[in-house]
Amino acid sequence: MRREAPHRLADYGPLFFPAMMLIVFFVVPFATMIAVSFFQRQQGGFYVPAFELANYQRFLSLFFANVLGFSLMLAIAVAVCCVVLAVPFTYLLTRMARKVQVVWLVALLSVLSLSEVIIGFAWSTLFSRTAGITNLLVMAGLMSEAKALLPSFGAVLTGMVYQAFPYTVLVLYPALVRLDPTLTEAARTLGASPVKAFFTVVVPALRNTITATLIMVFIFALGSYLLPQILGRPQHWTLSVLITDQAIYQSNMPFAAAMAVFLVLVTLGLVALTVIAGRKGEAA
Amino acid sequence: MSGLALNSVTKEFGTFTAVNNVELTVPHGTFVCMLGPSGCGKTTLLRMIAGLDLPTGGGIRLDGEDITRVPTHKRNLGMVFQSLALFPHLTVGENIAYPLRIRSAPKEDQKKRVDELLSMVHLSGYADRPVSKLSGGQRQRVAIARALAISPKLFLLDEPLSALDAKLREAMQVELRQLQQQLGITTIVVTHDQREAMTMADTVVVMNGGEIRQAASPIEIYRRPADTFVADFIGSTNLLEAEADGTGRVSVLGQPVAGISLGPNVRKATLSIRPEDVHLTAPGNGALSGTVTFVRDLGGTIETFVDVAGHQVVAVSTPRARPDVSVGQPVGVVLLPDVCVVLAK
Repeated sequence: MRREAPHRLADYGPLFFPAMMLIVFFVVPFATMIAVSFFQRQQGGFYVPAFELANYQRFLSLFFANVLGFSLMLAIAVAVCCVVLAVPFTYLLTRMARKVQVVWLVALLSVLSLSEVIIGFAWSTLFSRTAGITNLLVMAGLMSEAKALLPSFGAVLTGMVYQAFPYTVLVLYPALVRLDPTLTEAARTLGASPVKAFFTVVVPALRNTITATLIMVFIFALGSYLLPQILGRPQHWTLSVLITDQAIYQSNMPFAAAMAVFLVLVTLGLVALTVIAGRKGEAA
Repeated sequence: MSGLALNSVTKEFGTFTAVNNVELTVPHGTFVCMLGPSGCGKTTLLRMIAGLDLPTGGGIRLDGEDITRVPTHKRNLGMVFQSLALFPHLTVGENIAYPLRIRSAPKEDQKKRVDELLSMVHLSGYADRPVSKLSGGQRQRVAIARALAISPKLFLLDEPLSALDAKLREAMQVELRQLQQQLGITTIVVTHDQREAMTMADTVVVMNGGEIRQAASPIEIYRRPADTFVADFIGSTNLLEAEADGTGRVSVLGQPVAGISLGPNVRKATLSIRPEDVHLTAPGNGALSGTVTFVRDLGGTIETFVDVAGHQVVAVSTPRARPDVSVGQPVGVVLLPDVCVVLAK
């Protein structure tokens, strides 16, 4: 195939459709959101065009700082848990027979078909006192009496990790399949036990993939607003929950938009930091 | 006993037997080449010696110690893979230091040893380069240096030179052999390239169908092949049907030949004669009679194809001893008894 720089306007033709889609469904809504974040709210529930920073000012309080901090911490925790679980899992999966791999991947994909609501209520049942997993522990004689495991931070974390895990595996899978299996064999002949070989060869060789996966799960988890409400206490509510609350229940679109813009900026900043840190590590 | 010993090593994958009852002893410090067509079990055998595959039967001993079930990382060996398997996230120096780092050797010792190894493989000053910036031959040397970093008891190479171009490959063969002699390390190389095996090995092990067909020095393999497979696989040869009658008179391709014996009570056998040992003369005088069908003049050598009773016999000669023949001409093919190898049918 010849690769040439486009000369005429018509050469850009194939880009037209994707560009249009991107403008209509991403650039326009996003620009609208940024614009609305500066608008003035009307008590009646709507807003009028204006340019004021009141929405951002209101945001600069300890309460919202705490919520933002918790949201980021939760998303990081979910990302780390998912990657720590998914890297060894996917590595072992890629070493299994083709048939076994297909069964696992189909099972994981079917989890993706579950809506967040179903996942939330399924876990709230599993963690409940009356019908939850503690009853099994009681039957097994490991606990004296059943108790509710929710609402709690652990429940929120479990639900979100459960939801993000299939994505994590699917993102890691292609990279791990392509990883040359003789690399680990070579490490073993050079004196590394299989576990050591995994940590000194597989993980470092996949460093970029793992970083990219961490970022993806982090962003995915940042947008979660249902699971924290179903499985957590109000102090476990994320910024996304508050944005939903402002936008839908308080009808304060400008403030919701301001929070959303701020969340996007913080997220971009963190991702940029990660990428820069990754580059530095590579150069060293 | 010092060295490696394989006792009826067998590997079965389901109903398929990849390696069948292999017996082999490799004395300390020898260079062994395992040679055979693809799928003959040579790589599987090497992987069992390395511990990457477990034999389904038999045992492997190294310096008298049974290592059949010892995990790979406790065998203290060095192995070079066909893909080389250099670690892409590490520099040249870090790759070579990997086995030392895994064994928690002191940092300064690691650095000293890496410098030593780099100068041994003629790559001094390359320690800080990423492996992706190296040429094929340089990567090869890094893989060899890494495998030799701990001075292993056993040095295994799986088709190590197959990715290199012909010229570089020949140079590396000589280099690898010299390195092995200098270090006196027991070395096993798997290859399908017979030139490679002839160049480097003290002992060539010819395998086919999961079995060892012959294990001997290169020249013996060439001069005294054990069976028709070995004779045909190593170099090129003429395989001719021979028959003996009750009184011991031998005929080859239906024509009587003097001076050749098939051995006591053998009625049918195959004669192997190398093309360079076939002499062409005028017809008659006890020579097999045939007709020249083609002459291939390659400059350095001249190949003459002769049809003898429907069988093709190839004779190779040098330009100085050019046979005076042309296509379609009847010739006599002389089989000298001392260069004919009698192989059982």
